[in-house]
Amino acid sequence: MEELEKIEGRRGTGVVVRGADIDTDQIIPARYMTSIRFAGLEEHVFHDSRFTPDGVAKDHPFNDDRFAAASILVVGRNFGCGSSREHAPQALTRWGIRAIVGESFAEIFFGNCISLGVPAVTADPADVEALMDAVELDPSQEIEIDLLSMTVRSRAGQARVALPEAARRALLEGTWDAMRVLLMARDEIQATADRLPYVRGF
Amino acid sequence: MAQSIGKSLLDKVWDAHSVRELPSGQTQLFIGLHLVHEVTSPQGFQMLRAAGLPVLFPDRTFATVDHIVPTASRARPLADALAEEMFQALEQNTAENKIEMFHIGSGRQGIVHVIGPELGLTQPGSTIACGDSHTSTHGAFGAIAFGIGTTQVRDVLATQCLAMQRPRVRRIEVRGQLGAGVYAKDVTLHVIRTLGVKGGIGYAYEYAGSVIEGFSMEERMTLCNMAIEGGARVGYVNPDATTYEYLRGRPYAPQGAAFDRAIEWWGSMASDPGASYDDVVALEGTTIAPTVTWGIHPGHAIGVDECIPRLSELSDEDRGTAERAFAYMDLKPGAPIAGTPIDVAFVGSCTNSRISDLRVAASIVAGRQVKSGVRALVVPGSEAVQKQAEAEGLPEVFRAAGFDWREPGCSMCLAMNPDKLRGRELCASSSNRNFPGRQGSPTGRTLLMSPAMVAAAAIRGHVIDVRELL
Ligand code: SF4
Repeated sequence: MEELEKIEGRRGTGVVVRGADIDTDQIIPARYMTSIRFAGLEEHVFHDSRFTPDGVAKDHPFNDDRFAAASILVVGRNFGCGSSREHAPQALTRWGIRAIVGESFAEIFFGNCISLGVPAVTADPADVEALMDAVELDPSQEIEIDLLSMTVRSRAGQARVALPEAARRALLEGTWDAMRVLLMARDEIQATADRLPYVRGF
Repeated sequence: MAQSIGKSLLDKVWDAHSVRELPSGQTQLFIGLHLVHEVTSPQGFQMLRAAGLPVLFPDRTFATVDHIVPTASRARPLADALAEEMFQALEQNTAENKIEMFHIGSGRQGIVHVIGPELGLTQPGSTIACGDSHTSTHGAFGAIAFGIGTTQVRDVLATQCLAMQRPRVRRIEVRGQLGAGVYAKDVTLHVIRTLGVKGGIGYAYEYAGSVIEGFSMEERMTLCNMAIEGGARVGYVNPDATTYEYLRGRPYAPQGAAFDRAIEWWGSMASDPGASYDDVVALEGTTIAPTVTWGIHPGHAIGVDECIPRLSELSDEDRGTAERAFAYMDLKPGAPIAGTPIDVAFVGSCTNSRISDLRVAASIVAGRQVKSGVRALVVPGSEAVQKQAEAEGLPEVFRAAGFDWREPGCSMCLAMNPDKLRGRELCASSSNRNFPGRQGSPTGRTLLMSPAMVAAAAIRGHVIDVRELL
């Protein structure tokens, strides 16, 4: 089985979505979930704030060519609240997002991000604000998130970021994908199954 | 087997299924039964294929179609191309991976949380997972049953395991007895109303006390179904003689001598008399009234004889959501909930679509007429429920009263099929979620209540205390 990527950080250009409490319905409206695939979700990421009901593009960073190659999303407080749907981080990663810096994240959204190998790190509101301003002023600059020193660097300078230790370790050690980790215990799985009376048929 | 003293069922099941402790502090938990349906599984199978992995224990996964099936005609191909695509994906995924699927017309198809127990797949002391939040239903049998996300569906397919945090356990004792016209649905709404929609986060709910012990298995399922709406991912009732009698002779339950051995093990998994709990809550059954929601989450519930709360009566924490609820529902703060006119009456969903639910609803509507202008439908939870109801003549009772009698599925519970509210219609519903837009119209409105209360509302055309019609 192939080794999982050890994620020590991410670097790339940024894109800013301002506002608090951006919920999973805003990230990907429920009507785009009735599909058997995740592929294609990227087209509808932030759909209702990007397009009018008639499908005309509105002023939105995800419609802005200057951010088209961005891989680091910068957001505000309680990003990803609402439902547990994994379609939200899936839509973002398929659009090209590989890391997120924000003031705070909803818990399930955060967990879904980590299990996709997307570091979702938090920073002080003032530092987030400075980073947002810097990215909007110069979308071409490189942003670097470093999980070893737990910092984010940009033209706005260097700021501290935070990530729960278990998630940080999982990313650094390449154990962020639960399936791979679970499968490492194959023999123990079989042993547990063999011990259970109902699996054995009583 | 030596019984360890002082353990809850949750602890016993957890320990028996623990494969190992993970570095993250979570447990790698073996999942004894995995149920899949057409909506949350296709991406799971797709991710598995992309990873080049097989299904590890194909004989521990079972599939059915429920969410997208139309309830008028189920002829293939389904009229909705997307629904047909999901249906076909499930057929293909289960065939390729040698997973048993309960097809339409097999006599075994139905809502996943209705058929698991019906077929005897759901058993005490086991762990159960399904990509649907109302998997807590199966806890009625003393199983630890979780709703999971799509990536976790993939994880279970690939490893038959989940990485889980052990929840704390809150014992909820419902003492005394229930009055006439008060049902399991009222108890479960009352619990949520009392403890809040977030009160159960991090907890498993162990339901106990004389009211719960006196419940039939179907009533226990209704109760556990909505544990998740109170924030508890898991809800369960300790297995007892009622549980074993329900399971005896079911197709996937152990048979003969194995059944007796099973009873012994099942009994050993029940909470010990001296078990310690992280929290204990006691409620008095006699104080529970037929309960109705007025807002946009299941905690917005009141007795049918009460008035909708005023903002001033609510805590600061509740006020924000309540304001949104008043704006959305267009109901008047301080007004009695009884008398609220309804447009639609829906008896169905994994909360209340079993035979006992249909019998109660039928007994209320028998010899009466649905108020003109009200659209009323009954959707049995499974083909087996449908067949039993037909044998008892219930469809005729419903039809004579003016109800539509439909084919089994999830239907208007979440309206992923053609059964939808239109515009701002207000629906008296026996389902489990009253979130904005839940029943298929972005402005549609839902009042949750027991099937008996739905039946009564259909007859009168407005919310009424079912006890007036008993
Ligand atoms: S009936 Fe409703 S809650 Fe139950 S499984 Fe179907 S959609 Fe989910």
